[in-house]
Amino acid sequence: MTRCNYACQTADHVVSRRSFLGAAAAGFAGLVGGFGSPAAARELSRSGKRVFTIFLHGGVSQLETWDPKPGTDTGGPFRAIPTSVPGIHISELLPHTARQMHRLALVRGLNTADDDHGRGAIIMQTGRKPEPGIEYPHLGAVAAKLLGTGKEDLPGHIQIHPGGGGGFNKQDAAFLGPRYAAVVVGDGKPPADLYRPAGLSTEADRQREALRQKLNARFAQTRRTAMTEAYTESYDQAAKVIARGDVFSIEKEDPKLADRYGRHDFGRHLLLARRLLEQGVTFVNVQHTNYDTHHENFDFHIEQLGEFDQPFATFVADLADRGMLESTLIVVMSEFGRTPKINHLYGRDHWSKSWSVALGGCGLKAGAVIGKSNANGTAVTDREVNGGHLFHTYLRAVGQDPTKNFYPNDRPIPIADPKASAITELLA
Amino acid sequence: MAIPTVDPKQTRVGVELKHPRPLIGCRFDPSGRFLFVSAEDSTLQRFDLLTGRKTAFTGHESWVRGIAFSPPAAAAGPACLVPPVAELSALPALGLSAAPPFTLVTGDYHGRLIWWDGAAIAPKPARNVAAHDGWVRAVATSPDGKTVASCGNDHLVKLWSVTDGKPQSVLEGHACHVYNVAFHPGGGRLVSCDLKGIVKDWDLSTSKVVRELDAKILHKYDTGFRADIGGARGMTFSADGSTLACTGITNVSNAFAGVGNPLVVLFDWKDGKAKQLKPKEAYQGTGWGVAFHPAGFVVAAGGAANGRIWFWTGEDNIHKVDVPVSARDMALHPSGTALAIAGHAGNAIVYTMLPGSEKAPAKK
Repeated sequence: MTRCNYACQTADHVVSRRSFLGAAAAGFAGLVGGFGSPAAARELSRSGKRVFTIFLHGGVSQLETWDPKPGTDTGGPFRAIPTSVPGIHISELLPHTARQMHRLALVRGLNTADDDHGRGAIIMQTGRKPEPGIEYPHLGAVAAKLLGTGKEDLPGHIQIHPGGGGGFNKQDAAFLGPRYAAVVVGDGKPPADLYRPAGLSTEADRQREALRQKLNARFAQTRRTAMTEAYTESYDQAAKVIARGDVFSIEKEDPKLADRYGRHDFGRHLLLARRLLEQGVTFVNVQHTNYDTHHENFDFHIEQLGEFDQPFATFVADLADRGMLESTLIVVMSEFGRTPKINHLYGRDHWSKSWSVALGGCGLKAGAVIGKSNANGTAVTDREVNGGHLFHTYLRAVGQDPTKNFYPNDRPIPIADPKASAITELLA
Repeated sequence: MAIPTVDPKQTRVGVELKHPRPLIGCRFDPSGRFLFVSAEDSTLQRFDLLTGRKTAFTGHESWVRGIAFSPPAAAAGPACLVPPVAELSALPALGLSAAPPFTLVTGDYHGRLIWWDGAAIAPKPARNVAAHDGWVRAVATSPDGKTVASCGNDHLVKLWSVTDGKPQSVLEGHACHVYNVAFHPGGGRLVSCDLKGIVKDWDLSTSKVVRELDAKILHKYDTGFRADIGGARGMTFSADGSTLACTGITNVSNAFAGVGNPLVVLFDWKDGKAKQLKPKEAYQGTGWGVAFHPAGFVVAAGGAANGRIWFWTGEDNIHKVDVPVSARDMALHPSGTALAIAGHAGNAIVYTMLPGSEKAPAKK
């Protein structure tokens, strides 16, 4: 795989040109900079697979979600409830999700061995422990690179964050380059400047674009470079995105379906995620915050999982109804779990030694439970895995070979941690 | 009942009662002979302050926070005026035949209420009722002892017959979890306080809200963590019904670490005007229990890394007592001579407030 980083700089420069043009095309060029570059396209596969992750910020409690231990010294006050898979019980805080368990799988033997928020997040998002001297690309960037065709109208790596803001998370792509970096959609709102400003007429916009093209062409006659080509390409891609701007319009959805997702932020964000995936975005992440419950863990999990449960269950069912579940990998992750021991503030602290994730779709064995923790959840007793195993599994699920290499600067770097391997019991 | 002679500034540990699991709630029975505590093992434990005997009440399958008695007060006054202190272990076993009968009603986080014979030698659930969808957060008995009120995460307040456990009425109106409930001593009114600090004053003859009192200072939506924290963790009326007290946490800067300050909000029952009782020192934590002492002062307790007990005369925080564990609840002995806290380390500490003792005051 050859290195191709000229478009990396394109994004920054195109964004800076917003101050010159100030219009929608230029604005969104920043969001799609580098996508679909011919050189990159040659390297990309055409799998048709997608990846969707939910990141539960702060560290969701495995005991209040996927691995309840009622009646033990660590179990807390909640029940375990049966699910649509006989024999599998999850927390009573997830009644809607319980009815979708036949479409999901659980990994209950996760030991990521790091209780720090930042490092835990990196382990879960890159499948590797942080190492000095190198940063590895996050799952979203890897998925965008390996699963995209390079010809998509929309960015391949989108994160939907609560709250406002937006832009790029360039560091997510590491050596893969900013073209695979996360495009952050703050609060599920369309990117700023997506649409033509109300005060700018169609004709004025056309004339302005014509001027831009004329200047661009004149410049290219004498000083054509890969970089100028990338600039031009970015504008072309921006135009495509603008043409697809309605993908962000969740109000076009059936109101009854929108009700089932929930009219609150997280419900809206999941509905937008489904629209983006449906329109071909390769990787979408939705973040839900916050679960860092050192204090009153149980009250806060009622509130947060009360918001999570129905939208997530609706999302899973919606994907299944649309025939998208076979091609979409779903993962619900955090940076770690929470201590089995309940502290003096009714809180749970950080705990990476024994926790769980839920995943499904893309041919993963539905209804499977891999790994086991001990009676009160303090240690893994069967099929211990770490973030590397999960990363391998994700890529295998979407039809990729995680043992291959990337070649930044012509240096081979394994796509996934070579010390780990896929959880094959989970793969169909 | 005669007003006991106590000195808050001489508050000191009387006896420390142990359970192997962290405690959640505590209440003295109406006679003052027993201290009931609830624990994270979903049991209640009854400590007999005369004999030292500890008896488990098993039947709940989740944590118990609501503990109430009928009758709410002993007709003849407290049978045990002063919890035994140093003499406890030296007392001969008296047996339980002398214990006056009373009904105990407890509520758990699976939404169930259980009725018990509180004085039974081998207690068993007498009635187990599915009361709420979600947690029961508090229970209270009416002044005549005939009705028990419960409240919970289904946003409801419910009234039940103490005698037969039958539902009497449902009070609808809260829009979030209801954290506490208390009957006015006059008997015709009941108050309930929710997560957002809205206190509803219900007329029990109509089951309608008469007014709302504003304890919103005990609530915050933490925008950083995107979650609510609040509620009256302790709530009680003064004996004459002239004042309502609510306690909880305020000034929250980090809900998920419990960074905030305990606060007592006092409402003048006539005009609904509020005033605040604050610890003099910069203590971080949550107020979990509050009581009006018959001698005229207000006492509250709370917890964080360690616990603390505060005393106010008027709005003046006259004294504080350090508690070596996080205090998750507080109960005032019916004699007024002692109070107890439920500690996170499994210890129920009974403090005596009687003046003059061979023991040194608790560490300030």
